[in-house]
Amino acid sequence: MNVQTIIEPVIAGLILLGAVLGLLSSIGVVRFPDVYTRSHASSKSSTLSILFVLLGAFLYFLVYLEITSVKLLLAIVFVFITSPVAGHVTGRAAYRSGVPLWKRSVRDDLRHVVKPEASQRQSASLEE
Amino acid sequence: MLDTAVLIALLLLSLSMLGSLYRILKGPTMSDRVVALDLIGVQIIGIITLVSVMLRTEAYLDIVLLIGILSFLGTVAFAKYLEKGVVIERERSDDH
Repeated sequence: MNVQTIIEPVIAGLILLGAVLGLLSSIGVVRFPDVYTRSHASSKSSTLSILFVLLGAFLYFLVYLEITSVKLLLAIVFVFITSPVAGHVTGRAAYRSGVPLWKRSVRDDLRHVVKPEASQRQSASLEE
Repeated sequence: MLDTAVLIALLLLSLSMLGSLYRILKGPTMSDRVVALDLIGVQIIGIITLVSVMLRTEAYLDIVLLIGILSFLGTVAFAKYLEKGVVIERERSDDH
């Protein structure tokens, strides 16, 4: 019983878990009612799914082909850093461009904070 | 076993990509489409990694990094365009 036999179920499990998480994240994007909940579904679970898939591929290249793929490690770090940033930026752009919340949302903490600034920006652009 | 797992994972990722495409076509606002495009970038990374595992080569791993960077830049540019109306803004002051 060698290393490849031991590590094979681990790699298969990691890759399958990542794919299932990606499918769940996509179902969330299709089913959720407004932009903010969709962004919640798309940013976090897709990051986790892609981390699992990349980790499984890294283990595969390490054990089967005996390649330590630094590119995959870099990709893991890069996705882990940039995906939350992208989710934050899209959510912020959606709120500032005035996308309405779901009509059954109960709480909007930014209502008194962001809107005055947005109207200020609009009046400034009108003055130009 | 590994090949079967990779094939099933490819199938699941393709299905989730179809879901994102549905959101891009249907999405009521532009922000929905940007969120779904970001998700498609992440899913493309996963699919290319799985193809690279299936073909037993590491030639495609450069593309993984490249598409990660490009997808992030595209998402940030789109978000900035939605928020401010321009992608590159010029900060001009009258001091100099």
